[in-house]
Amino acid sequence: MKKVYSRIESIKGNVISVKATDVTYGELAEVKTRFGTSLAEVNRLDEDLVSLQVFAGGRGISTGDEVRFLGNPMRVSFGDSLKGRIFTGSGEPRDKGPALHENLIPIGGPSVNPTNRIIPREMIRTGIPMIDLFNTLVKSQKLPIFSVSGEPYNQLLARIAMQAEVDLIILGGMGLKYDDYLFFKDTLEEGGSLQKTIMFVHTAADPVVECLMVPDLSLAVAERFALKGLNVLVLLTDMTNFADAMKEIAITQEQVPSNRGYPGDLYSQLASRYEKAVDFADSGSITILAVTTMPGDDVTHPVPDNTGYITEGQFYLKGGRIEPFGSLSRLKQQVNGKTRADHRAIMDGMIKLFAAYRDTLEKKSMGFQMSAWDQKLLKYGELFEKEMMDLSVNIPLEGALDKGWEMLAACFEPQETGLQTKLIEQFWPKKA
Amino acid sequence: MTNTKGAVTGVNGNMVSVRVDGAVSMNEVAYIIVGGKHLKSEIIKIQGDIVQTQVFEMTKGIKVGDPVELTGEMLAVELGPGLLGKIYDGLQNPLPEVAKKAGYFLEAGVYLDALPRDIKWDWMPVAKAGDKVERADVLGTVPEGAFTHQVMVPFGMHGSYTVKSVKPAGKYTVAEEVAVLQDESGAGVPVTMMFRWPVKRAIDCYAERLKPFEPMVTKTRIIDTFFPVAKGGTYCIPGPFGAGKTVLQQVTSRNADVDIVILAACGERAGEVVETLKEFPELIDPRTGKSLMERTIIVCNTSSMPVASREASVYTAVTMAEYYRQMGLNVLLLADSTSRWAQAMREMSGRLEEIPGEEAFPAYLESTIASFYERAGIVRLKDGRAGSVTIGGTVSPAGGNFEEPVTQATLKVVGAFHGLSRERSDARKYPAIHPLDSWSKYKGLLDADSVAWAHGFLSRGAEVGQMMKVVGEEGTSIDDYLVYLKGEFLDAVYLQQNSFDAVDASVSPERQKSMFSKCVRILGSTFDFKDKEAARGWFNQLRQRYLDINGIEWGIDVYKKADAELKAFVDERVSGLDKRAARIIESLE
Ligand SMILES: Nc1ncnc2c1ncn2[C@@H]1O[C@H](COP(=O)(O)OP(=O)(O)O)[C@@H](O)[C@H]1O
Ligand SMILES: [Mg+2]
Repeated sequence: MKKVYSRIESIKGNVISVKATDVTYGELAEVKTRFGTSLAEVNRLDEDLVSLQVFAGGRGISTGDEVRFLGNPMRVSFGDSLKGRIFTGSGEPRDKGPALHENLIPIGGPSVNPTNRIIPREMIRTGIPMIDLFNTLVKSQKLPIFSVSGEPYNQLLARIAMQAEVDLIILGGMGLKYDDYLFFKDTLEEGGSLQKTIMFVHTAADPVVECLMVPDLSLAVAERFALKGLNVLVLLTDMTNFADAMKEIAITQEQVPSNRGYPGDLYSQLASRYEKAVDFADSGSITILAVTTMPGDDVTHPVPDNTGYITEGQFYLKGGRIEPFGSLSRLKQQVNGKTRADHRAIMDGMIKLFAAYRDTLEKKSMGFQMSAWDQKLLKYGELFEKEMMDLSVNIPLEGALDKGWEMLAACFEPQETGLQTKLIEQFWPKKA
Repeated sequence: MTNTKGAVTGVNGNMVSVRVDGAVSMNEVAYIIVGGKHLKSEIIKIQGDIVQTQVFEMTKGIKVGDPVELTGEMLAVELGPGLLGKIYDGLQNPLPEVAKKAGYFLEAGVYLDALPRDIKWDWMPVAKAGDKVERADVLGTVPEGAFTHQVMVPFGMHGSYTVKSVKPAGKYTVAEEVAVLQDESGAGVPVTMMFRWPVKRAIDCYAERLKPFEPMVTKTRIIDTFFPVAKGGTYCIPGPFGAGKTVLQQVTSRNADVDIVILAACGERAGEVVETLKEFPELIDPRTGKSLMERTIIVCNTSSMPVASREASVYTAVTMAEYYRQMGLNVLLLADSTSRWAQAMREMSGRLEEIPGEEAFPAYLESTIASFYERAGIVRLKDGRAGSVTIGGTVSPAGGNFEEPVTQATLKVVGAFHGLSRERSDARKYPAIHPLDSWSKYKGLLDADSVAWAHGFLSRGAEVGQMMKVVGEEGTSIDDYLVYLKGEFLDAVYLQQNSFDAVDASVSPERQKSMFSKCVRILGSTFDFKDKEAARGWFNQLRQRYLDINGIEWGIDVYKKADAELKAFVDERVSGLDKRAARIIESLE
């Protein structure tokens, strides 16, 4: 039994300090206040002065409150009993189910040895043409959705989760609005996926320190399931809230900020989470899709900027649609050569024409004259936006490719498309 | 091991404070002993009896009072035969061997020998008993892949020695004694094929440093022709994410005309290294006929691996580069990304509570970057041969804005700047090196004036392009419009290069010359088009033909035929040639 300390030396923001010995870095403690008991994690040792970040926050803590060290770092229960359950950022039940204490595993474990990784090889089908056709999602990919508040990013996330053929979905919610939490719950329930889902949810109303735990809890559990052979999809929303929580703690601990108040290790912190995405050669996999809202729609803001340097591309959700420009799947070339002979050509060709359409739009808005070619592009662009970009479109990749050819045939002569003659002969729709 | 003992007094992130009871030295390696595991660390600050160490592992589980072992040695790497083809982490831990021992994950405290101890090398003595030798003199050789690996007097053995005995030709491991040297006092010093060298000290056993003079061919046209790199030179590739930094380095690592390539994957994606790991053993190096992996060393400390070893990784890499340079070889070190290394310094500086500079980078950022790049260079060895280390580093500027400390500090010291632009990568113009912002101080394959003349079309063409955005095509004269078309043409067929096309991905110097000459002909020709529509139409066809030719293997019949057709196509249209262009073409023949 560990000693109990009943004198708190300082309280700053969510961080308290006590004089104690025999405490390890990263160890957990329980802080008993008149509002209840909260977990706290040791985040600094200096001789006998121990600093802890209190999960429930520093508010209302008294210098006379009790601190009891638990002798272990943050852990989470692991097993099939987690399926269908919902937990908080402290790992406590958020649903009506029992608390789980069996088979505890540590969180935030070491990274995979790079030489044990394999080259990603399998497409994940979403039924969304802007993804499947133009920026294919690949098993074990780490990919954020860059967006701004007000956009339907959670809807998009939920839809991909429902459609993707994965064995397990883990949802990590950070600063989630309560409505959004209910939305995820209801959608997964209606789609019959709740039984293959585990949720770790920190809502906007919960203490900020708990927000920091969510990715590690989600990913630790995901990793164990992946090692048991499951293909796991981890959804994280919203990583900007996670970064903001780090910023808050860093500032209260008087760390020197590097860029717009964010701590200097923002990149490493984000990377250690995203790099958990992996395909274990002879076992399962982890794919990570994460929402990153961009304050002021600014992609150079430190959070999306650092994220972009870490992830394997990004989906850029704007105006309710996935933008073809700015979106990128860095892994698409690993898989889109094996789908259908026309996949790559249609992907490149249609995007080039769409870029020309955007130029024409610009010319039009400046009052320049529209040529016959411009008129064709305008027709094509509108069709593209309606038939490909609209998020309500839900067709398999092959259907999207066929539709692509139809659109091209409806707007252009074959030689105007810049596509190879061989493909045109094979795929160009025959006039009825 | 020294007599000094230590104990932990504090932990803050990956920085651990230790109280010591005796002498310690800066950058000395210390092991923190936690539950039977030895966690490696490096002393980075000393103040009285308290030292700060940066720990190369996760620090969870350390507590105040944990014992600390001082080694008395600076952070060092093993040098000797067997480095080529290896995959190391930032501290020279062999990752495939670690995987065999520890499984999927990188467990803390697993440190293995960098050089295999079981391989027997074919030793040929060079020195004989009685010879006078000093550090870096050759004692013998062993074949290592396509190279003759020279076994030298360890670089740390200052002073002069007499060879007492040398092992006869035969098979020995790196750990076996191959010679005994006698120092001035008469004491015998046994020498093996392997020795250690502290990574943060430059290897300086050469006679003199020379000025880089010879181009290092990368087979990427925009680099070799317009922004060349020299053997022994330095260059940087800054660019926002997704602009193509990593792909450009991957292509260079395959094609560069050097003996040895060292890749330092520093703090970026693990997945990108995997591609190299899996592909290089399958690819043939045309220079040696052996697999590319045999001329490559990978130092892999990706973003989720401990940040302190990321800081060390670039030094580990450059030390191995300097070692092979000492054998008279040309070595290329590619680091992706130096910004992650700088950030590792920043994290540490923050924990040390040093006074921060711009964007919280430490005040010594500039001098540290400068002294790293200074380790590049072409040198004359004592026996007259030359060897070189060329360093190319990517920079990942926050927000893609080059006005940030790491980019700026790097630009001050490098000899060439390949700035990647978002605008060009968005337009799929790869490699996205911006032709108007980039520069090089080195001599390239081609005469600088000729290149500058061609480059003039790029800048003037861009000006016309800008103007056209305002006044429209209607308001632009046909002469200006032609300059614009010529600039776009040069860009499309010469600057842009398809890295994923088997032929276009690497273009030999001869082919570059021939192609440059053909482009000069187009740039210098007068045309007589009836209107802009006709001009654009013709240039579109011209571009298409060139792009087709770029994909055809040089010199084969199909190429010759296409080339002749292209010439006829051009002959039919041009009406005169600028004198300057004519002179350039002549000089290239
Ligand atoms: N030379 C090139 N040719 C074709 N595509 C490229 C080229 N360079 C980059 N790309 C594309 O851009 C993506 C990002 O390139 P990468 O080198 O990873 O960027 P960075 O390292 O600057 O973030 C690649 O996955 C690829 O799709
Ligand atoms: Mg990169």
